[in-house]
Amino acid sequence: MTDPAQTQKLIHAVEQADSPARLVAAVQAIVAAEVEAGISTLIAVLGYNNPTAAVVAVEGLIHFGEVAVQPLIEQLDEYNYGARAYAIRALAAIADPRAIDVLLTAAATDFAPSVRRAATKGLGGLHWSKLSVEQRSAAVEQALQTLISVSQDPDWSIRYAAVVGLQALATTSHLKTQIESQLQQIIQTEPDQAVRARVRLAQQLLSAYLKIGH
Amino acid sequence: MLESTEENPEVVALTVEQAIANLKHEDLSLRYYAAWWLGRFRVSEPAAIEALIVALEDEDYRTQLGDYPLRRNAARALGKLGNRQAVPGLLKCLNCSDFYVREAAAQSLGMLGDPIAVPALIPLLAGGVAAAVQVPGRPHLTQPYTAVLEALGSLGASDVLELIQPFLEHPVARVQYAALRALYQLTGDDVYGQRLMQGLESSDLNLRRVVLGNLGAIGYLPASNAIARASTESSFKIFALKGLLEHQLNPTQLDLSDAAIQVMNLMDSLL
Repeated sequence: MTDPAQTQKLIHAVEQADSPARLVAAVQAIVAAEVEAGISTLIAVLGYNNPTAAVVAVEGLIHFGEVAVQPLIEQLDEYNYGARAYAIRALAAIADPRAIDVLLTAAATDFAPSVRRAATKGLGGLHWSKLSVEQRSAAVEQALQTLISVSQDPDWSIRYAAVVGLQALATTSHLKTQIESQLQQIIQTEPDQAVRARVRLAQQLLSAYLKIGH
Repeated sequence: MLESTEENPEVVALTVEQAIANLKHEDLSLRYYAAWWLGRFRVSEPAAIEALIVALEDEDYRTQLGDYPLRRNAARALGKLGNRQAVPGLLKCLNCSDFYVREAAAQSLGMLGDPIAVPALIPLLAGGVAAAVQVPGRPHLTQPYTAVLEALGSLGASDVLELIQPFLEHPVARVQYAALRALYQLTGDDVYGQRLMQGLESSDLNLRRVVLGNLGAIGYLPASNAIARASTESSFKIFALKGLLEHQLNPTQLDLSDAAIQVMNLMDSLL
């Protein structure tokens, strides 16, 4: 157990870290202690421009799961796209559908490709079953429409992410048949051979998915 | 520019006709912008190619140091447009007094892939490593060695290995990396790929990014996991892995190799 005084000490160590290595160690200590009071501090670390510390913080936030979702949404950094990309990756991995609005907006309109890629991938893999039946089909449809729109982006890496998102959505929703025909359309017009290869991989995986009888 | 490997200043809307006409505009900054624009938007129609080739000999736009900014942009654009008609003009640019015109010409000749450029590139390596020193008062070496070495690798200049090898010992890391890249392309010898891969451990972020670009360009598959783990922004790693993937794809074959699938799994993990 970690008492409040110890928690404050852990948070203080992150805020006062005076070298990249000390920061990483302090972040690791918060993650290891698993205290919810440290969530806000872990989110702040995403904007410290220390990739090693940020990766540790993201892993810690993912480990917290649902309880980290609301703080991640509220503390989303409007000004630092690096921090935003880490936060979106954490939300995508936790896959709580409360993040859907943030992911839809980020996938469609963020100016930073890294943020858009993370959100686009995340849109396909949300845990739809946590939504009520009434909410579910509308949310899935929004995700699908955004992924289709993003699959026409001028940036190949965004289109690649859209294929990854569509593949995931096909396995987490009732839209498998519709997505398979969408993938077939994409492969007809996609100019980039790497993206076409990713479509072929998605098609292979989805046809195998059917065969094992899900 | 952290997010993209493509230069991306604020884009002003132009039509193709305007851009081509602007290459002769009395406002020299419009000429300069038009040349960049034609390359950026891959305008490969004959009128654009011809106008850019003319711009390679521009005398109007000169800086106080005697440099030729318009020629630089025209040479860069012509590399992207994929038309070998530009080769003779670019070969002349290898003798330009402006270092950056020579650099852009060497890069573009490498991209255009016409081996006729090899004999014209070789003299730029004259004097070997001893001559490859910094020009006093300027931020570059006597010749664009990185661009020349990379072009020789792309153009398959396998009979000049002994001219390239000494640059493995050049004090500038980027030049070493260019030599490693070229030698790997020309010989397929794993030693060069392994040494290039070690550059991912460099303490300099910019050098790690350069190494990622080089590993992607040569499609060095043994580096795939090291690329995914490298300490840089994910964009650079995804672009490098895309290069590896492209080397694993066979356009005549629909089946994906295991290696291609593994590279895509790594790319997925970096999204």
